[in-house]
Amino acid sequence: MKMKTLLTGAAFALGLAGAAMAQDKTKVGFIYVGPIGDGGWTYEHDQGRLAVEEHFGDSVETVYQESVPEGADAERAITQMALGGADLIFTTSFGYMDPTVAVAEKFPDVKFEHATGYKRADNVSTYSARFYEGRAVQGHIAGKMTKTNKVGYIASFPIPEVIRGINSAYLHASRVNPDVEFNVIWVYTWFDPAKEADAATALIEQGADVILQHTDSTAPLAAAEGFDGVIGFGQASDMAEYKDGPRVSSIIDNWAPYYIARTQAVIDGSWESVDTWDGISTGMVELGEMTDKVPAELQAEANALIEAMRSGEYHPFTGPINKQDGSAWLAEGEVADDGTLAGMNFYIEGVTGDIPG
Amino acid sequence: MDLSAINPVLLIASLMVAATPILLAALGELVVEKAGVLNLGVEGMMITGAICGFAIAVETGSPVIGFLAAAIGGALLSMLFGILTQYLMSNQVATGLALTLFGLGISSLLGQDYVGVRPPLTGGLFPDALADLPVVGPIIFGHDWMVYVSLGLVAGIWAFLKYSRAGLILRAVGESHDAAHALGYNVIAVRLAAIAFGGACAGLGGAYLSLIRVPQWTEGMTAGAGWIALAIVVFAGWRPWRVLIGAYLFGGVTVLQLNLQAAGVAVSAEYLSMSPYLITILVLVLISAGRGRAALGAPASLGRSFHASH
Repeated sequence: MKMKTLLTGAAFALGLAGAAMAQDKTKVGFIYVGPIGDGGWTYEHDQGRLAVEEHFGDSVETVYQESVPEGADAERAITQMALGGADLIFTTSFGYMDPTVAVAEKFPDVKFEHATGYKRADNVSTYSARFYEGRAVQGHIAGKMTKTNKVGYIASFPIPEVIRGINSAYLHASRVNPDVEFNVIWVYTWFDPAKEADAATALIEQGADVILQHTDSTAPLAAAEGFDGVIGFGQASDMAEYKDGPRVSSIIDNWAPYYIARTQAVIDGSWESVDTWDGISTGMVELGEMTDKVPAELQAEANALIEAMRSGEYHPFTGPINKQDGSAWLAEGEVADDGTLAGMNFYIEGVTGDIPG
Repeated sequence: MDLSAINPVLLIASLMVAATPILLAALGELVVEKAGVLNLGVEGMMITGAICGFAIAVETGSPVIGFLAAAIGGALLSMLFGILTQYLMSNQVATGLALTLFGLGISSLLGQDYVGVRPPLTGGLFPDALADLPVVGPIIFGHDWMVYVSLGLVAGIWAFLKYSRAGLILRAVGESHDAAHALGYNVIAVRLAAIAFGGACAGLGGAYLSLIRVPQWTEGMTAGAGWIALAIVVFAGWRPWRVLIGAYLFGGVTVLQLNLQAAGVAVSAEYLSMSPYLITILVLVLISAGRGRAALGAPASLGRSFHASH
């Protein structure tokens, strides 16, 4: 595996060196954690990249590198992209946080944008979406639709973003169905279709009839399709191809407007390091169309919830909420602050199991 | 924690499914290595088989034709390796690694139109009445026909290597290609045939992923299964039945880990993910302790190029 990644890096470096000539164009680079054909997370980022190309036409050139492993290898890939003349580089996975900051120090003239992280610098912005708003809707639907009262949750890595998603989904599921129980499997990967499918199968065999996922491929939906009466949701992308199967709705990440705005800022010279965290209100998080499997009444409830979050009148983490150990977190009516949410490392009351260390 | 939520019958049934891709690929690699060739391109051949099988199954609507196409696709790709290493004397390790990279690339090229497409379903071999029997139903009768093909292959390869004359020749080529050559056997032809067989098996393993286990096409979907298959061949000491044990053990740990987590057992996932590899190392140490390379069962000419200079 080491050799493979080495060779990939070398081949990539050669390719970039050849393509680094056109100087007057603004060059925008993207580092992806999975293949652009994953049908989920990376696919949506690449849709954003294509939107940048379409919007700016010939004045902007984009490059991308897919399936870059998180960790040390990422640093090399980002460095190569910066050396290749990129003016703006989006690194689109949480695990690229430290590599991005490290490379940014060496290239003060290049702008960096890191997705879902929390470390910024003068030339490093962070951006993320309030996926937990979408999770709230998912949880509500899951709690209402489960018949076994067991919801299976395929989690990737124990990082705040994922924990937040579990908490938000559980909170809203348990509010409409106090008997609901969440079974969480940590698969320690963002993208491994076989493992994701196996995890879905294991959850279903243990009685779960709703599958939520925080991994990037459509494999859990494909696996759920083999069982009667099991539903799931599109993750990061609409995954509309499973509409006549298990998919009842989806959380869609819409990065295109952000990518276009940031590229424009680089062209105008007005780019500044910012921390963007947008949700349903700006359209960065969208909810995919609900299928007929969701009863009309429930659809109306879900839509009302979406509208309440869009208008800002409802925040998914509104007290009273206790932590898992029973200690108080949010008092009645209190709303979670962004700092706590961004670093969330605890389950809320009612979620069973431990967060792996 | 609720261990009763784990149904051992379903667990065994799903570990068989989880193990089948690596079992198929490892069986192919076993034959290749028995002929003295080290092909590290298993991952590339698997993923090529995965997309070939998927595309053809979707186009024809028949999983059987899909699996055939996967075998052909894997074998064709392996012939690239065969020609390079057997005729052009390229280094087997480097060529194998290159084959993996090439396979990953060409598969995503071939697969562009197949993302999000759903394949035709592969049926079971036995009637539902048998598959619905308690306990033995899901474990013995409930599988798709490829599971039985893979088990048949284990027995077939074992018998071929042990009892047939052709198997003896193949092993002779793997143990000492010079001696086999002196006896008048065509070393290159035997090795090419073995490489093609290995490619076909890897292709079947990949197609099992894309057509049955996941079932869909996604780029990079083998996610390292080919490397595990390579490790299992060593783990098994180049013996077919031990390959079966190794693959099922590996599949078992994978599935058990997920099931334990779903049941809320606080086992660290990292340890369980490590365990098959730890077991491999342990087995290697045990069976090779003090008895040298031969005791491992590795073919003596493994990885060496053959050139008939006289």
